[in-house]
This record gives sequence, C-alpha cells and structure tokens, in this order.
Amino acid sequence: MSDNRNDKHQNVSQVDQGSQVDLEKRNFLIATSAVGVLGCAAVAVPFVKSMTPSERAKAAGAPVEVDVSKIAPGTMMIAEWRGKPVWIINRTSEMVAELSKHDDLLSDPNSDVVSQQPEYCKNADRSIKPNLAVIVGICTHLGCSPSPKLQAHGDMGEGWPGGFFCPCHGSKFDLAGRVLKGSPAPINLVVPPYKYLTDNTLLIGVDTEGKA
Amino acid sequence: MSDKKKLVLADVLNCSVKWVDDRFPLTSNVKAHLTEYYAPKNFNFWYFFGSLAMLVLVLQIVTGIFLTMHYKPDAELAFGSVEYIMRDVPWGWLIRYMHSTGASMFFIVVYMHMFRGIIYGSYRNPRELIWLFGVAIFLALMGEAFFGYLLPWGQMSYWGAQVIVNLFSAIPFVGPDVSEWLRGDYLVSDATLNRFFAFHVIALPFVLVGLVVAHLIALHEVGSNNPDGIEIKKLKDKVTGIPLDGIPFHPYYTVKDLVGVAVFLIVFSAILFFAPEMGGYFLEANNFVPANPLVTPAHIAPVWYFTPYYSVLRAVPPILNSQFPGVAAMGLSVMVFALLPWLDKGAVKSIRYRGALYKKWLAAFVVSFLVLGYLGTVPSTIWGQFGGWMGGADRATVVARVATVVYFAFFILMPWYTKKDKTLPVPERVTG
Repeated sequence: MSDNRNDKHQNVSQVDQGSQVDLEKRNFLIATSAVGVLGCAAVAVPFVKSMTPSERAKAAGAPVEVDVSKIAPGTMMIAEWRGKPVWIINRTSEMVAELSKHDDLLSDPNSDVVSQQPEYCKNADRSIKPNLAVIVGICTHLGCSPSPKLQAHGDMGEGWPGGFFCPCHGSKFDLAGRVLKGSPAPINLVVPPYKYLTDNTLLIGVDTEGKA
Repeated sequence: MSDKKKLVLADVLNCSVKWVDDRFPLTSNVKAHLTEYYAPKNFNFWYFFGSLAMLVLVLQIVTGIFLTMHYKPDAELAFGSVEYIMRDVPWGWLIRYMHSTGASMFFIVVYMHMFRGIIYGSYRNPRELIWLFGVAIFLALMGEAFFGYLLPWGQMSYWGAQVIVNLFSAIPFVGPDVSEWLRGDYLVSDATLNRFFAFHVIALPFVLVGLVVAHLIALHEVGSNNPDGIEIKKLKDKVTGIPLDGIPFHPYYTVKDLVGVAVFLIVFSAILFFAPEMGGYFLEANNFVPANPLVTPAHIAPVWYFTPYYSVLRAVPPILNSQFPGVAAMGLSVMVFALLPWLDKGAVKSIRYRGALYKKWLAAFVVSFLVLGYLGTVPSTIWGQFGGWMGGADRATVVARVATVVYFAFFILMPWYTKKDKTLPVPERVTG
C-alpha cells in the first residue's frame, strides 16, 4: 500500500521534471478556485446587506404635522422629520426684503440646483408663503446642523445678511438657506416637500402632488 | 542539602522546557525575539515609544474588556450606562478614565514613534514593509478611536460621527449609498451605535493586534534601525556572527524600556488623577450632554489627535460644487505617510547626517502640522477676518490653507530636496 503511494509520487515528480503541464489538472484547479471565489462572494452578500437600513428604519419616515401659529416674527422653531431637524423660520418683512439684496454674496442665488427644493419653492424666497421658510437644518457639506444667526450684522460681522452658520466647518447660509460664497458647503440647504393643511398647520414630508 | 534541592528544581525546570520545546518552538522563539535579537547599542530617548505603544495597547484592551461588562450599546441606554460606570460601578471611574486617557496617550506615543521613524529614516530600504504595517496600524488606530468616540453617545460623539460618516458621501457616484450602508440608517442612530460597538470591541482590535504582530515580525527579520541610520548587520564579529554594534534585546533593552514605562506611568497617572479631561482636549465638554440629533453644539471640533487632518478638510474650498476635493485632501494627508519610503531619495537615512535643506523642510512640516492641529481645535473665525483686499476671508482659514500647502509640499517635493541636500559622511560604526 505504502509502496504504491511512493510509486505514484515518483511518477508525478518525473512529469514535473519534464516540465510538462497537466492541463487537465490545471483547468480543474482554475475552475475550482473560480467557483470558490464566487461562493465566497455569494456568502458575503447577506453580510453586506445586513448593514443596510432595516425595515424598521425604512418605516420611520412618515410625514409630520406642525402648528406654526406660535412662531413670533423674527424667530424660528425646529420640527423633527425622519430624525432630521426641519427649521420653520417666521421671517419679518425686512428679512424677506433683504433676501433679494445680497445675490452677489451667494453661490447659487436662483436655486438652480434642482434637487435642493421642490419646484414650487424655486422662487425668490424659497418658500410657499414668503414669510415662512421651511428648510431641512442639515448642512449640505457634512451633515451638521447650522446654528441660527438670524439677525443681520451682529457677531457675524458687518456684511452678514442674517441666516445660519455651521459650527462644524464654517459654512454660511442666508435666511432662505442659500449658501454664501466661500463656504465649504457645495449647494443650498434642502427645502423638504411640504404643504399647508390649514393656514397655520404644515404637513412636512408630503406636498400637493402627494410625493413624499 | 539545600544545594541538592536546587539541583532537583533546576532539573525539573529544564525537563519541562525540553518537554515543551519538543512540541512548540519556545526556546528558539525567546532567543530569536529577545535574548539573541541584537539591537543597535545606541538607542536613545526616541526608542521608548514603540514598547510604550504596546503597553498602551494592552492597557486599552484590558480596560476595554472591563468597560464592556457595564456599557450598553443602545441609543436609549448608552449615555446613562457611561454615567453609571462613572458613578455607581466600584472603581468604574478609574477604569473609564484609564481608557479615555489611554486613547489620547496612544496617539501621543504613536506620533512620537512615527516622528522617530521620520527623523532617523527608519522607513528606508529594507524597512519599507515595517513602515507600511505601521501606517496600517495608524489607520486602524484612527478607526478604533473614531468608533469608540461614538459609544458614550454625547453631543460630540453624535455630531463627530455624523460628519465622519458623511465624508464618505462626498465620494462621487457611490458616496451616499456607502455612508447609508455604514450608518445602517438615514441618519446616525441606534443602528449606527450598535455596529460601531461591534467594530470597536471586536473587529478592529483583532486587526490591530494582527498588524502589530506583522510589524514586529518584519522588524525582527531585517533588524532595528538606529539614530545613526547605519546597518549594524554589515559589521559582524567574525567568530560569533553577532553584529559588533548589537546588544541582546533582553536584558539590555527590556530593562531600559522598563525605565521608560515607569516614567510614562508617572505621566499617565498624573493626567488620570488630576486632569482626565485635559481641559476639554481629551474629553470634550459637549460630550457630557446627551446626543441630540436636532441641534449641533455651537462649537464642534474633533478630539485633538484628529485636528490636523480636520483642518485640512476645512481649509480646502469646494471645487465645482463638490466637497470631494476637501475630503480627498484630508484622506491624502493621512495616507501620504505610506509613500515616504519612496519619496525620500536622500543619500543618508538619519537626520544626524542630513544637510540644512532637509532640516528646514522637516521644521516647516512640523510647524504646519502643529498649526493645523491647533486651528482644528478652534472655530475658523478665531482670528477675525481679513479686510476687503482678501475678500474678507477668515484669517484662520487662510493660515490653514498655507499650512496645508506646506504640509503637502514636504511630501511632494521630498524627492527633489532630499537629492539636492548636502549630506555629511556617515561613520562606519554607531556613535553614542
């Protein structure tokens, strides 16, 4: 038995010495390795997929209703939608008037990047009602929530038009969420889809066309 | 009588060792890595930090295991469980402060260790792989620190993680999907906390220990560099084959390193007992406020060891409406260390024999690294704004941009200035 094995072994090494390649065996090894790699890739799929948002996380995106009657002019409130802060700013008439005066400070004064607001908010004040701005309070740079610096001038310097300052990387936005030139944030803040249910009740997350 | 007893004991010991050696390479490994591993005899202060890094790694693993016994990786419970460890678990405060202080000390020790490698050319041929394993260890360590920082679920934990995960969404095309996949949710949430816990306590520690082993195996294969940058293996005793300038690691350097350990532990204890928060640098004030997804703290900065790279990120303006250049620059500022072995064309390894040109560049790099590090801890408005002639730009941002350029120039121009540098002749034998 053991002699037999030795014989076989010797035969193989003789073949090797003659540098003849056993093509059949090589193809078999290549095919086996390929199938093995495919198998590993297939097994990796469930592990990679297990890290994507769960069904529970996906289900937590319902629209929210907000009563806006108590926001005094010149102040704001923060609502929560899909775990993100949504600012509702009650702009005074001076604040609204200021919006059209500092286009030269802005990267994209006309909000030409389509994804950043619904069609019905692509206007001078980026809102349905000129005084009430509804803006997702997440910086388009790296996702911090900018701090309100609503009053013009003040601690932000003389040229400040009133707006928001991101504490993480220093991006600046005006009171319509439009990004100021020189900020690390590439585009304006996002306006979520929303509609008025009554004069004083907002529904954030759904618009008149029913899109979420 | 007692002599006889000793003899018997020695015999038992020898027999036991022989029994093991027949089954496991115990003695040969002790010889190869300790008693007959010949290290250059001229190691100085800078050579303490390798063994200290190992000490801190062990400290972090041990304290980490004990923290895991009380910590709860759940968005509802995490913050409270850390406070519970601090207040109610017997000696919990000590173990937690050891772990949090250990994190900062780890980076101090590793930065010193890396600086040693740079000034003495320890990354040069034949030690490129040691250096690459080292860079990988550094990356794993940064990951470990980042994942760990989310776990207390304070405001800084939360918003730091939010920013870092969003860095990935700046990658063109696949970015947003990658960051969603990392978070496991549309925002940093319980799912994120839970998986960061898994990365922090099991995945990365395994990687880290594995890399340290590879780092040491590579080191012991080629032998240690030294402050003179001379290969001690070139001059060996003709009879024994032992390098003339080499001494056995054990007992010489084990004992020397113990002195380093003692001094280190004094410093470590002083911080641990008198300033565990280090004025907000080791533990940030905002992290004593529970995470609030709706409000970012007014001033947010990473922990000090990340601030140089964070400054680079903040300094690079968006190009073509994309923040990717800034993110890429930050990534490069970390990864660029890996290229050092191939960027350095100097005739000598050690700073002792380099010329003035190299020393100036190194000094410029150190200054830019420190300036970037400092600026990363403060708001970009700290020094006010320039006048109209600079477009009213923040002074600190402009300085950070200059420092970023110097930082990268140190690496990019290295092949040129190391070649041009007027070096001194290197002696044959190591000096004091």
